[in-house]
Amino acid sequence: MGDMTIRPEDTPVVNGQVTEAEVLLRTPSAAADPSETDLRITDSTLRDGSHAMAHQYTEEQVRGVVHALDKAGVQVIEVSHGDGLGGSSFNYGFSKVDEFDLIKAAVEEAERAKIAILMLPGLGTVHHLQKAHEVGASVARIATHCTEADVSIQHFGAARELGMETVGFLMLSHKASPQVLAQQARIMVDAGAQCVYVVDSAGALVLDSAQERIAAVLAEIGREAQVGFHGHQNLSMGVANSVLAYQAGAKQIDGALCALGAGAGNSPTEVLAATYERLGIRTGIDLGEVLSAAEEVVRPFIPRLPWMDRASITQGYAGVYSSFLLHAERAADRYQVPAHAILQRVGELGYVGGQEDMIIDIALQLQQEQELGDLAGAGVR
Amino acid sequence: MTRTTGTAAIVGPGNIGTDLMFKLMRRSDVIEPRYMIGVDPKSDGLRRAASVGLEASHEGVDWLLAQDELPDIVFEATSAKAHAANAPRYAEAGILAVDLTPAAVGPYVCPPVNLDFNLDAINVNMITCGGQATTPMVRAVADVVDVPYAEIVASISSKSAGPGTRANIDEFTETTAEALKVVGGAATSKAIIILNPVEPPLMMRNTVFCAIPAEAGEAGELQDRILASIHDMVARVQDYVPGYHLRADPQFDHARDTWGGQARVFVPIEVKGRGDYLPDYAGNLDIITAAAARVGDIMVAHRLGVDTTWKSSADLGDLAAGAAANTETAAAVKTGV
Repeated sequence: MGDMTIRPEDTPVVNGQVTEAEVLLRTPSAAADPSETDLRITDSTLRDGSHAMAHQYTEEQVRGVVHALDKAGVQVIEVSHGDGLGGSSFNYGFSKVDEFDLIKAAVEEAERAKIAILMLPGLGTVHHLQKAHEVGASVARIATHCTEADVSIQHFGAARELGMETVGFLMLSHKASPQVLAQQARIMVDAGAQCVYVVDSAGALVLDSAQERIAAVLAEIGREAQVGFHGHQNLSMGVANSVLAYQAGAKQIDGALCALGAGAGNSPTEVLAATYERLGIRTGIDLGEVLSAAEEVVRPFIPRLPWMDRASITQGYAGVYSSFLLHAERAADRYQVPAHAILQRVGELGYVGGQEDMIIDIALQLQQEQELGDLAGAGVR
Repeated sequence: MTRTTGTAAIVGPGNIGTDLMFKLMRRSDVIEPRYMIGVDPKSDGLRRAASVGLEASHEGVDWLLAQDELPDIVFEATSAKAHAANAPRYAEAGILAVDLTPAAVGPYVCPPVNLDFNLDAINVNMITCGGQATTPMVRAVADVVDVPYAEIVASISSKSAGPGTRANIDEFTETTAEALKVVGGAATSKAIIILNPVEPPLMMRNTVFCAIPAEAGEAGELQDRILASIHDMVARVQDYVPGYHLRADPQFDHARDTWGGQARVFVPIEVKGRGDYLPDYAGNLDIITAAAARVGDIMVAHRLGVDTTWKSSADLGDLAAGAAANTETAAAVKTGV
């Protein structure tokens, strides 16, 4: 770990009179001028992490995280229900605190960072987007399943009209070929997206398969928009894939402090910052500050650290949307069937993000099969 | 001169319009589909309609309203925006309108719940496909206990979601949610739609969640009454959509603090399409065209002062007969195009 902290030669030498400007100039966090960074990290602790928190974030926690990330120089902080605006529901879990109150608190707390929101057309609507904009969110991230980009056209139009920065999110990207993904990215860009992310919602992309998708999307839209990558840790590939994504031309990368996110968690923001710094790739993030944010601000309130266990590895292996994890565990508990068997079946049946209700169907079917003494084939290979 | 049949125009020659045309031809003796209206001269749906004897035009509603013989009723399967613009023109011309878009100009109608709608209404709205599938279940629960909140998730095959649904996805969720209150009887509501591209295509699958009093979350007389009400309503929907069924028994969950102290019932519904024109997986389209055709039949019969002659699937014979009709349709499509 020694080398992961700021090196002595990077710290300002304070002998005699130095101005604040000189100090800022020599500390990594001073690279807050976006033109001096090679890529931009968006932190999703307060959105993807909402899954791992069962959507029970308090305003105090949100303020604490935003304050720490902002201080560390993270440029974009995403705040929403885990399933995006309007996600508070029976199907996905009710929010403890209204997400618009949390977004408003985040906007108040951030001095430099932009506050982003996520929305999934079909769940959230333009009205939610307007409300988020009213309370100060300035980046609209609009997500669809990787083959259904055309449902987002009206939302990109609305976001641009509101003057928001726009980002498209192609979820479960492993399910589409690089060519199909590129075509879908084109639809989003034509609709008004200024960046399109390859989103590895299942943590199922492994090295080349991530890089090929980034390259294909970049080839299609690179002249008009940026490309981003959102990684998950189900197969422990989040950070490695993010490095490859950068090398393939991605300019926006997602992370979450302590990996707090769905499934086995996201690429940890603090590890991304450290890894990119070692590679000489400028993120504008102060490593010491972001390590503190993870260790001292987020870690103490996490009920359970995201981890690569049998259920979440099965998600990566079978290509299952990461946020199904806690729902599968609850159904497993209620219907007395293994969570990993539920997730395996979700993968086989091809359910997509948002279909959490199908977990109950599958649990009921597995229970029935179990009663018939037939669980053959339900386990992970 | 007393007429015993009326004429219909279908505006919007896509999958929904085409299925509706076949349903009216097979199932209604009161309505004669006369016109198919579109805006694209290259439309397959227009050619298909012409091949089975309708007057097809790509010159839109202007053309329709310029005809000497106006239809008695218009079925509109375009978009919410288009219907909002066309509705006053139909009304001015004295034409009844059944609106299959989420425009919601007229009152919501869901046949098993409120067939007693105002028969003199000039315009009725068919909510959405998800609304037709889920509103009856919310009503069934709300007939027994208070439903302070209802939530539905409609999962449909990507293949069965046409450009209209895709461009109008907000209208879908908002109109469906509104109908869960107005027709379903819930105090508050949410609607979610998911498109799934998996092959072979998924059947339309709807989940209905209702918040119910804590007492109803426990086994007992109240819960039994809710179950009976649900089963009764399923049978009423099956009367005109035979592929409508419970995928599993309704699941009751005990009251929780995070649910505001309410208990919950989960009702999983699957809709297998009837296949008058569309494939099995497109139950979402079948349920709204079946409802629209039936409501139109009732409205036209009322206007003419005759009895409806609606033929249910039972009247038409078993599902094998439907399959045979499908083959005929396929043949007609081939020869027509």
